[in-house]
Amino acid sequence: MNTASMKTEQLETPDRYEIRFSGSGGQGLITAAVVFAEAAGVYDGHQVCQTQSYGPEARGGKSKAEVVISSQPIDYPKAIELDMLLAMNQAACDAYFFDLKSNGLLVVDSDLVEQHPTSRIISIPFTAIAKEEIGRELVANMVALGAIGYLSGQVNLDNLEKALLARVPKGTEKMNSKALGRGIEEAAKIDLDLLPRSAMSDEDDEV
Amino acid sequence: MSEQNKKPLLLQGNEAIVHGALVAGCRFFAGYPITPASEIAEMLSVELPAVGGTFIQMEDEIAGMGAIVGASLAGTKAMTATSGPGFSLIQENLGYACVAEVPCVIVNVMRGGPSTGLPTSPAQGDVQMARWGTHGDHPIVVLAVSTVMDSFTITVKAFNIAEKYRVPVIILSDEVVAHTREAVQLPDAKEVKVLNRIRPSVPPDWYKPYEGDARGVSPMASFGDGYRHHVTGLIHDEMGYPTQNPQEVEKFHKRLSRKITHGFSEIQMTNSYYMDDAELFVIAYGSVARSALRAVQDARKNGVKVGLLQLITLFPFPRRTITPLLKQCKAVLVPEMNSGQISREVQRVNQGRCTVVKHNRIDGKFITSWELYHRINKMIPPA
Repeated sequence: MNTASMKTEQLETPDRYEIRFSGSGGQGLITAAVVFAEAAGVYDGHQVCQTQSYGPEARGGKSKAEVVISSQPIDYPKAIELDMLLAMNQAACDAYFFDLKSNGLLVVDSDLVEQHPTSRIISIPFTAIAKEEIGRELVANMVALGAIGYLSGQVNLDNLEKALLARVPKGTEKMNSKALGRGIEEAAKIDLDLLPRSAMSDEDDEV
Repeated sequence: MSEQNKKPLLLQGNEAIVHGALVAGCRFFAGYPITPASEIAEMLSVELPAVGGTFIQMEDEIAGMGAIVGASLAGTKAMTATSGPGFSLIQENLGYACVAEVPCVIVNVMRGGPSTGLPTSPAQGDVQMARWGTHGDHPIVVLAVSTVMDSFTITVKAFNIAEKYRVPVIILSDEVVAHTREAVQLPDAKEVKVLNRIRPSVPPDWYKPYEGDARGVSPMASFGDGYRHHVTGLIHDEMGYPTQNPQEVEKFHKRLSRKITHGFSEIQMTNSYYMDDAELFVIAYGSVARSALRAVQDARKNGVKVGLLQLITLFPFPRRTITPLLKQCKAVLVPEMNSGQISREVQRVNQGRCTVVKHNRIDGKFITSWELYHRINKMIPPA
């Protein structure tokens, strides 16, 4: 028989880092996830799996895209427990917050997500930055991508920019690259150690 | 060395099918775009003309299937790609390809059905249709892909099987595999084994287009090669002329089956994981095999002796691989995104040896690894 087989002694526990980009259709979340996956998979050389789900509508509706990163081949292609969740609107934040690990990071757009499910949250005005500083609301996804890239620590930021520039339409490189840079800058201002730990965290309290 | 220097590519399953088809030598595509298979047509519409091939967007899938049969008869490797509604439409001409023994590859990226169903949702509802969708008794080869890399390698294999055995080969993908992007290192085209149909070596006057060699496969002349012969959907004799002679008719059917039966060891492909000491196992295919692998690994870490048999070939159903495992294990779980289309095949070959547990999702959602993990834990027999 034509059977490839793996034996029990070869059992491994693959490491996984899972990110979900969520919001509404038209916010460019799938594009952001694809660029992230390309940077991590093609440029950094990790194993990656990028998936998405969306309704039949081209604009509006719920939209989510996921990236799983591992050093080993990835079996289950979608997220199991999120290490990082980007929510670009309130509905996405409400729907997906409970998929986040207790020590995971929630990143939201400060103007579009006003009700926070936790105090362990990173809130950055991605859309406002895109609109006011870059001049195009359209690139809010790239501002967010920069922040996610920085905060996740899963991707080389130079490679993230390379992957971005290879994907965007000609003539928009400067704008996109600036948006990504602004996201990275904003994220760099945040001290992760100052974030409150989750109430559901398994870690022992410090004495 | 060249392998290491080459950058991996971030590809969707659909795009990997295109790469596989091109490496396998496919130079003709005819079809009609449909979610979630459209990327295949979209990409081939650019790639095929670039390598001197032909891409035609037809008026519908009936015509698409007809065109690839014609292209193949003219000597070109040909494929089409569609989803449920289009797969319904190709069935008549698929039957023609079966009877006229026309090598070709049909990709069906499964989505929720029946009818227009759930265009953007995954499903595995077309498994029995792939087997029996075209009428009449006929052998058929149906392969299922579960990763982006699979989508490349299995597509190459599909073309190889089609060419070697002169049969249509169906590739079943699903929305999850089709749209998942993974970074893959595709092999150099030079390193990929590609088979081509055998052409007649006898003078045209001696050519018997449906005589069959020792394997039951006849050399195939292309239209225009000077080998005049008759191609028909009617049951025919070794010259290709319609016949109702019972001996000829039976001989014809038996040869068609024998071709595939003789190729079982090559055609029936499976992957087995942790089966060596398994007491329970899972039989899964397509994207669900990935959820199953994760669930099996998690259960193993908990000390459950469970394994996974991933089916790549769904039909001819790989019973010679499965039967010994049904004897070895106490129970088998068959998860599917349908109401139980492969579990009925498992039950058919099981014949009461082993407890067959079905796990079915028909809500348009992907089967998760944790639901399978819990299902496996419930199957552990009491100590």
